[in-house]
Amino acid sequence: MNTTQLTVQAVTPGPDPSIVDLTLAPVPWKPKPGQFVMLRPANFGQELTWGRPFSIYRCDEAGLRVVFQVIGRGTERLAALRPGDAVTVWGPLGRGFSTKPETPTLFLAGGIGLAAFGLFAEDPFRLPQAQLLFGHRLPLTAYPIYHEMAQRIPSEAMRQTSGADIEAFSEELSRRIKALGPQGLVLCCGPTPMLRAVARLCLEHGVPGQVSLENRMGCGVGACLGCVATTASGERVQTCVHGPVFDVRALTWD
Amino acid sequence: MDTTVHLPGLTLKNPIIPASGTFGYGLEFARYGDLRRLGAICVKGLSLKPREGNPMPRIAETPCGMLNSIGLQNVGVEVFLQQKLPFLPPEVPIIANLYAQSPEEFAELAGVLGAEERIAALEVNVSCPNVRRGGVQFGQDPEALQTVTRAVVAAAQGKPVIVKLSPNVTDITAMARAAEAAGATMLSLINTLTGMAVDIRTRAPRLATGTGGLSGPAIKPVALRMVHAVCRAVDIPVIGMGGIVSAEDVLEFILVGASAVQVGTASFMRPDRVFTLVDEVQALAETLGIGAWEEFRGCLKEVSR
Repeated sequence: MNTTQLTVQAVTPGPDPSIVDLTLAPVPWKPKPGQFVMLRPANFGQELTWGRPFSIYRCDEAGLRVVFQVIGRGTERLAALRPGDAVTVWGPLGRGFSTKPETPTLFLAGGIGLAAFGLFAEDPFRLPQAQLLFGHRLPLTAYPIYHEMAQRIPSEAMRQTSGADIEAFSEELSRRIKALGPQGLVLCCGPTPMLRAVARLCLEHGVPGQVSLENRMGCGVGACLGCVATTASGERVQTCVHGPVFDVRALTWD
Repeated sequence: MDTTVHLPGLTLKNPIIPASGTFGYGLEFARYGDLRRLGAICVKGLSLKPREGNPMPRIAETPCGMLNSIGLQNVGVEVFLQQKLPFLPPEVPIIANLYAQSPEEFAELAGVLGAEERIAALEVNVSCPNVRRGGVQFGQDPEALQTVTRAVVAAAQGKPVIVKLSPNVTDITAMARAAEAAGATMLSLINTLTGMAVDIRTRAPRLATGTGGLSGPAIKPVALRMVHAVCRAVDIPVIGMGGIVSAEDVLEFILVGASAVQVGTASFMRPDRVFTLVDEVQALAETLGIGAWEEFRGCLKEVSR
């Protein structure tokens, strides 16, 4: 792990241009599922101060692949990168998911949080009893990585465009978590309200669960204290180094 | 060139010091560079007891800078001395930044830190804008600043005392003179400028505390002007900081009179920045034909107006 200068290999907007697929190479390290990288492209200049944290969707001989949604100035600049551009990368960072091959595992993804599970899909035998439930707002075709992952993992997607859709998704989350039982494992990455709901369901039904937090980060190395989460014992810990993946029992959900 | 910087009671291999609050306790950056290469390390502000800091959100990115309202979250002096300090390489001088809520508490903390052999100097934080008690309230009133400075100097067991000044004052040179008169060994400046960011969609401030401290390249011109003014107002050494990102920035602060610099937000722009700056500053100084810092420091041509 160190600071590395990588080169943009490809920047591919999806069918919905707000979802962008970025490949950088060469990658000198091997990440674990759930870890992330900080990217700070040369085109940030001095105007944008921080790098941006991203889940590692893939990491192999083709390079480091991150898939992100354009939501602000940083992601707009990233979407404007071109092949050959230089990007400063630090990572792989943080603690990822902790899994066992024999455990029935339920991936719960909300929107672009789906990318956090990409490294599991690289090896279909890593978690042979895994299944994926994907909640999304854009049309499913906007997420090409869903189709990639669905080829490797039994998957179901539910679109949420109305209150009734959200209610149906919440009921499905509850049903699946309850059905999984204490011998299973829930892994979740998505918007904070979803993380909170999943954590509560896991705690209510006694199902082991891990959530990946997407708190705003400044440095990614534990120094700026901008991304802290509050633990069940009331301590404030840096999400970037103590997470981003936390056991649902480790955090306070009030 | 020889990049050594000789300060009262403190010798630095080079003028690059990671600034307090941006470099954790040093150990966070050990994987990004060799800590022994730095001039010194100024660790995260310490209080007598651990502090949990302010609520989230605590940071916001702004054009060429950032706002923070961390609120001095720290592990407390005891945990620092037992669990952090022993793991820092003995070759690098450690500057302990200290924060307290009263002159008596400042003295107690300075006594604890001053007694620690591994601490090379104390930096008095009287300029944090993000805490309700203490912090900048001591840094905006010359009398209060003198009281705190005297208390720390008396308790520091002979260790050099650096007073970190706030830019959030009408005349920073008055504060600099006050600290000097109270016995400060050195000054460091500038701490962050109080600022604000708001969200027109949520209609809420971007920081939970409403306002925070602005840092980064956006504040460099203000910092340079204040360092220039303070260097002419006092006879004690000045450590300059505020938006330093490049080797050129470092030399600019030395040209206006700073003896050394602290580098803060640049460590968030990329975690190896302070380490690469060490080499870049030396290379640039040699390119410019600077033989020793003393032939360049403070040699800005005087303006006529």
